[in-house]
Amino acid sequence: MARHWQAGAAGLAVLGLTLTACSGAKVGDSGSAGSKSSGGKCGSFNLAVNPWVGYEADAAVVAYVAQHDLGCTVNKKDLKEEIAWQGFGTGEVDAVLENWGHDDLKAKYIAGQKTAVEAGSTGNKGVIGWFVPPWLAKAHPDITDWKNLNKYADKFKTSESGGKGQLLDGDPSYVTNDAALVKNLKLNFKVVYAGSETALIQAYRTAEKNKQWMIGYFYEPQWFMSEVPLVKVNLPTYTKGCDADAAKVACDYPVYDLDKIVSARFAKSGGPAYNLVKKFNWTNDDQNTVAKYIAVDKMSDDAAAKKWVDAHRDKVDAWLK
Amino acid sequence: MAVVADATAPVATIRKKVSRPMVVAAILLAWLVLFAVLRGRQTLTLAAADLTGLHRWLNDVNDTIGANRNSNPVFLYFFNEIRLAIDNLVTFVQSLISQPTGSRPVPQIGWLGVVGLTGYVSWAVGNWRVALLAVAGFTFFGLQGLWQESMDTLALTLSAVLVALLIGIPLGVWAGLSDRFNRIMTPFLDFMQTMPTFVYLAPLTLIFLIGGASAVITTVIYAAPPAIRITAHAIRSVPETTVEAADSLGTTRTQQLLKVLLPMSKRTVVMGVNQTIMAALAMVTIAALIDAPGLGKTVVQALQSLDVGTAFNAGLAIVVMAIVLDRVTTAAAGRAEAARRSGGRLTRWRRPLLAAGGIGAAVLVYLSHTYVWAAEFPGNGSMGSHIASAADTTTTWLQDHVSGLTNGLRDVLTTGLLNPFQTLLTDSPWWLVGAVLAGLGVVLGGWRAGVIAAVCVGLLVGTGVWSDGMTTLASTAVATVLVMLLGVVFGVWMGRSELVDRLVRPTLDAAQVMPPFVYLVPFLALFGATRFTAIVAAVVYAAPVAIKIIADGVRNVSESTVEAATSSGCNTWQIITKVQLPMARSALTLATNQGLIYVLSMVVVGGLVGAGALGYDVVAGFSQGQLYGKGLAAGLAIVLLGVMFDRITQAAARRTRA
Repeated sequence: MARHWQAGAAGLAVLGLTLTACSGAKVGDSGSAGSKSSGGKCGSFNLAVNPWVGYEADAAVVAYVAQHDLGCTVNKKDLKEEIAWQGFGTGEVDAVLENWGHDDLKAKYIAGQKTAVEAGSTGNKGVIGWFVPPWLAKAHPDITDWKNLNKYADKFKTSESGGKGQLLDGDPSYVTNDAALVKNLKLNFKVVYAGSETALIQAYRTAEKNKQWMIGYFYEPQWFMSEVPLVKVNLPTYTKGCDADAAKVACDYPVYDLDKIVSARFAKSGGPAYNLVKKFNWTNDDQNTVAKYIAVDKMSDDAAAKKWVDAHRDKVDAWLK
Repeated sequence: MAVVADATAPVATIRKKVSRPMVVAAILLAWLVLFAVLRGRQTLTLAAADLTGLHRWLNDVNDTIGANRNSNPVFLYFFNEIRLAIDNLVTFVQSLISQPTGSRPVPQIGWLGVVGLTGYVSWAVGNWRVALLAVAGFTFFGLQGLWQESMDTLALTLSAVLVALLIGIPLGVWAGLSDRFNRIMTPFLDFMQTMPTFVYLAPLTLIFLIGGASAVITTVIYAAPPAIRITAHAIRSVPETTVEAADSLGTTRTQQLLKVLLPMSKRTVVMGVNQTIMAALAMVTIAALIDAPGLGKTVVQALQSLDVGTAFNAGLAIVVMAIVLDRVTTAAAGRAEAARRSGGRLTRWRRPLLAAGGIGAAVLVYLSHTYVWAAEFPGNGSMGSHIASAADTTTTWLQDHVSGLTNGLRDVLTTGLLNPFQTLLTDSPWWLVGAVLAGLGVVLGGWRAGVIAAVCVGLLVGTGVWSDGMTTLASTAVATVLVMLLGVVFGVWMGRSELVDRLVRPTLDAAQVMPPFVYLVPFLALFGATRFTAIVAAVVYAAPVAIKIIADGVRNVSESTVEAATSSGCNTWQIITKVQLPMARSALTLATNQGLIYVLSMVVVGGLVGAGALGYDVVAGFSQGQLYGKGLAAGLAIVLLGVMFDRITQAAARRTRA
């Protein structure tokens, strides 16, 4: 037995030596924790991050400014729209920065449960519609008019579309009338649901690369446009109220004025973070720039936000007034 | 029960006159004929945005919960308490290893401490080989630049497994002791395992809020059933004679449980722990959709910008964690036996060595608590970016060079097999398909299976998503056929050669644990957003199970039988088709059963890549308030399909064995 204890003691001695030899910086010493201590009067700020890169860009910049200029503790929460709105009532979410005309959610949470309120426009113009890859618009310029779509329907056939042309839709949370549009415009197409934005973008990417025929749902502002500038197909012009009856829609989507929604509690608090959210306003180009930093240049959210904020100090200062 | 037993008697007599394959063929022929006549009638189709009364009612229930959660006493005194307890547990574990707390900029135990502790624990419960593996694996997380994410995932997994075992082991013991309780539990466990997680993510956040606690609860719902099942199985497999011997010595029931049943089933219970850990890790990416921190979040975020490399890097970390935890728990299960075999010499050494190791680990923990260099993983994780760019390059190469071939394969299989079969299922009147399913149930599995199939068909019609259910069924069936083809080819190959087995098995393990989200983008590039992409993803996930089961079945065919066949002049092909496969028949049925269940568990993932139908309905229900009820109904439909096939194949398996 004694021999084992000797071995153990020797091991301990070695460890003891390393312990004294490599001292190094201690946790909690000055320097390592200094920058985070500015809790200040802002307190914590719960920001929902919905799953598309444009929104990620909004959130990155607002979070960066809130943290560095106002000293807030920002908690970003990655959530889908429906879940994020649900969080207003439970106090888990303070703000949603980019709402795409979700009238159903507005009715439920703003008018119904009264847990949320509107906080003004983001300045972004949301365009929804049908898009084709650039090579196709170039090869057949008349394809951008919906009246010519039936002429080409055969070319858009896929293994999924049952003999008709395929119109590819993406994520189920998108705002869409496509099924009704196809029916009411008497198009020889079938709406096929890809099921996710990832699938939709990959489909466009492949179509452009291999010069395949493809038409589908898409939207702006979107980082992918800087990689493949999709071309919009013109549907019958939007007039106010033409989309009132969801089953009878036969017109294009309106241009959405993207807006911000905050929890009622957060709005009442009137704190610095709320004022920042309320005043936050920028253009599609601004958002696309930051989104490109994140998605194409693969910068971290924080680094992308810093790069943009440093270059646009005047805009940021206007939000902080 | 007696009635059922009587009812099977006439079938047995009929069976003597007409063989089972002939009856099946007759049913299928009748179906084809009636389909030709009745095509397109009573198909119960429902458009993407349409709802039934049931769906609207479920929506209302959901809204009512949302509106009343702050005033209802059930929430205030029950759900909120559970949430609080679990939230505290998660926050505590996170503060230990992954998240900074209070004024500390780093967690209580830094990387060196975690690695040291992992190594020590793995050695103590297993052996030095798995300890080495564990240390290497955990260091790898740091080198990948994913230390904190990995620790968050580990923290959530450990919390979930702890809660799952706290609930699961007592329930398992109870189910092991009481047949009645076991019968009551089984359908619930089936339900918990086949219900797609997407379905209850939204309601869970409604009840337990967003974040760690909800993520743990989701994981527990999915991960507890294996613990319960395997514990019950372990208790049941304690030999009757041992229990009787204890009885004759006059032990009380409690004594019997604590002194005889539990110690004797310890080894199997540890295997249950292993399965629970694996199930918990499978939930990592899904839980990220309700803001659970960790590796899953990295995967999900990378997919938004189609960044395959980053997603693969994080997916690889999940695979490594799964392999480490799997090997350590497997070694732990086998340790007692190994120690007994190795004799006394090592056991004499063990105690002092354990103490010394413990002190060493404590020193490492102390160092990592105190010094920055031991708390924050050194280096910038450049290995991660190398892995990511290598994955990107491979994917691009595949997309550029293989997509012609893959598109051809897709079109052949879709037009030749999938489309006709789907048309047959969706365009036949619902009652005809229902009758065929029930009929096949009776022929293959007996009267009981037939009745269950009929009930499931009725309930499927009730969910209002019958037509989508049939579309999903067609894809599922095609995927299962492909799974079985791969299963037989690779299973036989692995079963016949030890070397092949050793080479292929790690790939199978990785395919089972790699989150499907990671390979969706490359598959989308290769096959487009189609039903076929979903089928391929399901095959990748389900084939390993089938292959492993068939390989075991083939290996278990007795050596002497094969030798006898060889000496009587059979060539290799004859041995496989005439001896090994027929004798491994029950393994084949089991493989079909498991293959189907695994394929069904991928239906929702398929919905994300163009499979439509039930998978899309479930995803839509998670994303849109007004489709919530429909999503729930679609989830139920998936469960019903699972139950129907499970019961038919199991009954059929019992028959082939008899």
